[in-house]
Amino acid sequence: MIADQEQLIEVIVGRYDGDEGMLIPMMQDIQAECGYLPLDQLRRLARRLQVPLSRLYAVATFYSSFRLAPKGLHEVTLCVGTVCYLKGAGAISEQICKEFEVAAGGTTPDGLFSYQPVNCVGACALAPVMIVDGEYHGGLTSETAMKILRGLPAEAQPDKTGAKP
Amino acid sequence: MTVLDARRVAGPADLERERQALRKRRSSAAKRVRVCIGTGCAAKGSRKIYAMFAEAAKELDAGVEAVTCVGCHGFCERGPIVVVEPGEILYQRVEEPDVAEIVRETVVGGRVVERLLYEDPATGEKAATADQIPFYKAQERIVLAHNGVIDPTSIEDYIAVGGYAALAKALTTMTPEEVLEEVARSGLRGRGGGGFPTARKWRSCRQAAGSPKYVICNGDEGDPGAFMDRSLMEGNPHSILEGMTIGAYAIGSAQGYIYVRNEYPLAVRHLRGAIEQSRQWGLLGEDILGSGFCFDIRINRGGGAFVCGESTALMASLEGRPGEPRAKYVHTVESGLHGKPTNLNNVETWANVPAIINRGGEWFASIGTADSKGTKVFSLVGQVVNTGLVEVPMGITLRRIIEEIGGGVKGGKAFKAVQTGGPSGGCIPAEDMDARVDFDELTKLGSMMGSGGMIVMDEGTCMVNVAKYFLNFLRSESCGKCTPCREGLAQMLHILDRIARGEGRPGDVESLEKLGKLLEGTALCALGKTAANPVLSTLRYFRDEYDAHIFRQRCPAKECRGLFNYEIDPEACKACGICLKNCPVDAITGQKKVPHVIDQSKCTRCGTCLDKCPFGAVLKV
Repeated sequence: MIADQEQLIEVIVGRYDGDEGMLIPMMQDIQAECGYLPLDQLRRLARRLQVPLSRLYAVATFYSSFRLAPKGLHEVTLCVGTVCYLKGAGAISEQICKEFEVAAGGTTPDGLFSYQPVNCVGACALAPVMIVDGEYHGGLTSETAMKILRGLPAEAQPDKTGAKP
Repeated sequence: MTVLDARRVAGPADLERERQALRKRRSSAAKRVRVCIGTGCAAKGSRKIYAMFAEAAKELDAGVEAVTCVGCHGFCERGPIVVVEPGEILYQRVEEPDVAEIVRETVVGGRVVERLLYEDPATGEKAATADQIPFYKAQERIVLAHNGVIDPTSIEDYIAVGGYAALAKALTTMTPEEVLEEVARSGLRGRGGGGFPTARKWRSCRQAAGSPKYVICNGDEGDPGAFMDRSLMEGNPHSILEGMTIGAYAIGSAQGYIYVRNEYPLAVRHLRGAIEQSRQWGLLGEDILGSGFCFDIRINRGGGAFVCGESTALMASLEGRPGEPRAKYVHTVESGLHGKPTNLNNVETWANVPAIINRGGEWFASIGTADSKGTKVFSLVGQVVNTGLVEVPMGITLRRIIEEIGGGVKGGKAFKAVQTGGPSGGCIPAEDMDARVDFDELTKLGSMMGSGGMIVMDEGTCMVNVAKYFLNFLRSESCGKCTPCREGLAQMLHILDRIARGEGRPGDVESLEKLGKLLEGTALCALGKTAANPVLSTLRYFRDEYDAHIFRQRCPAKECRGLFNYEIDPEACKACGICLKNCPVDAITGQKKVPHVIDQSKCTRCGTCLDKCPFGAVLKV
């Protein structure tokens, strides 16, 4: 993490030599630091790069991985690629949205998790597959998926995504 | 693992010396354990298994030379996969408690653990090594040759198996023109879907006016159900870098980009590591191998937009803009990224290049059919016994891929269709299973090669629903720039939705066809032009299913809710009362010890009884 939020934009822009063509990686870096794209940081970035804020907004809303609101405590990604869909991911998604009152790409009202259905994670042998905080859960049914989500702890857990052998 | 002491190879002779030294250190009798850490196996816990092997090797002091993590073997169905050398013993579905036994029996004792071997479901025969398994027998691996063999995080592993020899050969013994000719002789065509001759694209870019020139590797593998490129980027990243560097030399480019999908974090990590290592070794960057040629590569992560797989949209994204395609009156080889000549190829295309330079274009052209040369990697998924990644020579029949390699349809159901070419591909029915798989043959069948997704569907799959799924996918991924795609897809989906609800009208099919043809002729980019394919191809082969939905309000595959009935099998019903209690409209009657019955006049066909019945007594009829 970059300690000084004021300096964040300077550090990130510096990584790409101020190249405005690298706008998307810069925004990805902001999101990696903040968990989402805070408006004041986007304003700073637009000013620093001398591009209109509207262009940043266009980029942020065009690509599905960008978030303009803070994310939940956990990240839940459900694959709704063809194979997962054929094996029931559509129904699982419906049930998640219903039970946890969350919309695709949104966060549960209690902030427990952000929910993102994605097109394909390329792990078709595990279909239907859900990724919770970087951990893959395969061969899901509506029941097992709900069980996993109901069991999510309401406090922060150590990050598992960075695991490397 | 990763080289810490950076060393630079000064030239081809130096590289060769390093290779010999690396090979000498790895005698063939050495004990090695290879654990697959591709996304499929990792998701089944292979990282923990890797850590346990590493720990056990240290503790036992069993003379294990190395425990390495390797990329995808392709046989994802049977993961996690562990291979033990010497002997290439392949263990499948390895779980944590098995580690100690494998170390004790195989690594130390040299004995095979029978119960972890692959067993042919048809014959009951056990296979100790990969080449005895039917899944691998019919395959011919060129780009996947070293997947599952080398550690993707180690440039030394890649060099030991002959890596960067093609680059050395190209840079020091061939002119750019000779490289172009070699690739032209190979007949290599783009593996991303278009099938455009690679050498012709390279040549146009080389001859285009303007500088600098860019080369791009398209790793935005967006087709759902396809993971060829992911496995390559994860399992053998150096082969892609080597291919790109050779291409850049032929084209005259100094800067390359790899655009990787956001959903592939492991691929990004391995590519980053590989770029770092090859720079340290002097195989990327300034004065490569002492030849004076300079080339560097940058990685960009996608933002999660399917349309960015389209070349002009991808370039817009690389320029920091929303990924909207432009009309290609002017080709990207003349005016692409930042308005400069740009050559874009798919991951698999680049990965084919080193083998072509090493073994010659003629060798490559000897594999495959008249107009489609070499091999193609497919991800074989869906209702098939062996889900996984397969590399086969062009021209093999669909039947061999699905039955011989894939082991046929899962659960003994009947085969219905195979969907190829991604969302804008098409469905090929059982009658055409003997068709040969190449670019032109699949197009003739109304489908396409695409990037290599192959989704097997059984009799329980409704083709109207499949068409609806893909159309919905494409509608939500349409960038919205041109009207035919933005509005046309929404209209088509509206009609399909109606049909799937049993509210179809006579003339709907004709409207779909008309809109589909309009889209084909007027949309701006390839996404829109081919977006009607899922509908047109299912209409071509499964028209009767559409008619059943429209005229009889029936879904023959019993998938579309409301277009079939639920009944309770009196033989199987245990009269437990669960369905009765859960039915939201009280349509089920029955008592203890008396099989329950659904009142069809009350039933809303919601399917709750089917989901809740613990005995499988509720039937779709």
